[in-house]
Amino acid sequence: MKGMTMTEKIIAKHCGLDYVSSGMLVMAKLDMILANDITAPLAIDEFEKAGFDSVFDKEKIALIMDHFVPCKDIKSAMQVQKTKNFASKIGIKHFYDIGVSGIEHSFLPEKGLVKAGDMIIGADSHTCTYGALGAFSSGVGSTDFAVAMRTGESWFKVPKSIKFELVGKPKKGICGKDIILYIIGMIGVEGARYCSMEFTGEGLKHLNMSDRFTIANMAVEAGAKNGIFEVDEITHEYLKEHCSEKYSVEVADSDAVYFKSYTIDLSKIDYCVAFPHLPENIKNPSEWGNIKINQVVIGSCTNGRYEDMCAAAAILKDKKVADGVKCIIIPATQGIYLKCIQNGLMEIFIKAGAVVSTPTCGPCLGGFMGILADGEKCVSTTNRNFVGRMGHINSEIYLASPAVAAASSILGRLATPEEI
Amino acid sequence: MLLEGKVFKYGDNVDTDVIIPARYLNTQDEKELALHCMEDIDINFAKQVKVGDIMVGGNNFGCGSSREHAPIAIKASGISIVIAKSFARIFYRNSINIGLAILECDKADKIQAGDLLSVDLDNGVIFNKTQNWEEKVPPFPEFIQNIIKNNGYINSIKKQLGGN
Repeated sequence: MKGMTMTEKIIAKHCGLDYVSSGMLVMAKLDMILANDITAPLAIDEFEKAGFDSVFDKEKIALIMDHFVPCKDIKSAMQVQKTKNFASKIGIKHFYDIGVSGIEHSFLPEKGLVKAGDMIIGADSHTCTYGALGAFSSGVGSTDFAVAMRTGESWFKVPKSIKFELVGKPKKGICGKDIILYIIGMIGVEGARYCSMEFTGEGLKHLNMSDRFTIANMAVEAGAKNGIFEVDEITHEYLKEHCSEKYSVEVADSDAVYFKSYTIDLSKIDYCVAFPHLPENIKNPSEWGNIKINQVVIGSCTNGRYEDMCAAAAILKDKKVADGVKCIIIPATQGIYLKCIQNGLMEIFIKAGAVVSTPTCGPCLGGFMGILADGEKCVSTTNRNFVGRMGHINSEIYLASPAVAAASSILGRLATPEEI
Repeated sequence: MLLEGKVFKYGDNVDTDVIIPARYLNTQDEKELALHCMEDIDINFAKQVKVGDIMVGGNNFGCGSSREHAPIAIKASGISIVIAKSFARIFYRNSINIGLAILECDKADKIQAGDLLSVDLDNGVIFNKTQNWEEKVPPFPEFIQNIIKNNGYINSIKKQLGGN
């Protein structure tokens, strides 16, 4: 019997086994499950179609209204209403609408509802974000969520694990976004398909929680089932601040089995931008050329945290967004929004000529709040640059870090922070 | 279960944003979703597709978001099965859960738009009638075949629990 990876240990614990290995089919108990205003209504239909009328645990289900809020049209308002009525009828504790919450994957860790050692599923592909805390966390669809609401369990095929040993210290200005884009560029959009991405190594000490959330968040863009970080002092600090519950730390065995291993030298990573129309289409500044842009979006579950706002503010301070460029900044939660006001970031953004929206997924998925027209180009800190993702099918999305996005908004073209 | 239909062919990395753009995710109505299925890469799909037709893709079909609306839109458009070289995992799981048949096939890239295929789902056999070749693929285990026959996971659980 070989050793286990972090993911295997968490899965084993949640299905009552001493040992699991990749390929095994297991039924696992869940610590937290979540859905949003797009996926919950469909799950509620399925839940009711099945004739269910109660849930496994009213405190382990989170319903967060974040994609099309404040509701953009009548239909999306009906979706929120339906979810709210359901939560109230069943007595679900963690229902969150505008005014209290924000984007689910930023809000749940902030609120301390997800933690190390947890087994989590969410009806949203970026549920993998919580792996940053040392949890197993994976995206599913509405039906899986509906069944899990009733049973508190879900079936899994134990994934193969890929180890990413991070070494070295990132250069100044390089953040989690550059690192995950670099990795996706290296392994491709299906490089980790069905696998777990396990992040470890001495380089971790240079990555704050915000960097780690960004990296785990985009594991799905490499096709992964989950991304997970080794728990260290930085994780403990974060959990101490946000979570009052006890948590468990799973450490990979020294003889754990990995399907593949990569060593990533963080000091070698430059600014990375994913060109249209795939997140694997990575280019460094020397390959960018002169890409004139029409819009910048800074926000989303990938890069809407306070650290991201600070990175953007540091560049926009006393500067102006270029003529003809729309710069949209979206703090991911109410808490982050307030902190931006208290610490003067909001003034920097407004004086620079940016608009600041209340928390929403909005433009990231082409919902509202910054839809692109025919031929428009956008530098965005979001996670996907597929055809038509943010609007017109002839628009283009360039995925970048908050610092690169902010610099680009000032120069009106794809630019590095050093050019400012 | 025997399926037969004409092929709509797409490439690698067909993502859920093109299968059903997010601007239509303010509804769960499957007929409405079907009207916009694939429109960002194939404006004619919804108009031309007929009940029983077959969708074929390359690698990593269904990558991107977890929206179950994507396989729902495909199924409601009349497509009987999706065949691809490989599938993204959430899409794969969602398709089974809503009762849309899907099969992985290494020879998917040899299949052309307009080919007539017949698929024996129980035994995992894809027969290309136009090109006259046959490919055996691993069939689904029985419990997954049952989910598809019962038109989805929820219906299959309901049946299992005796209507609950």
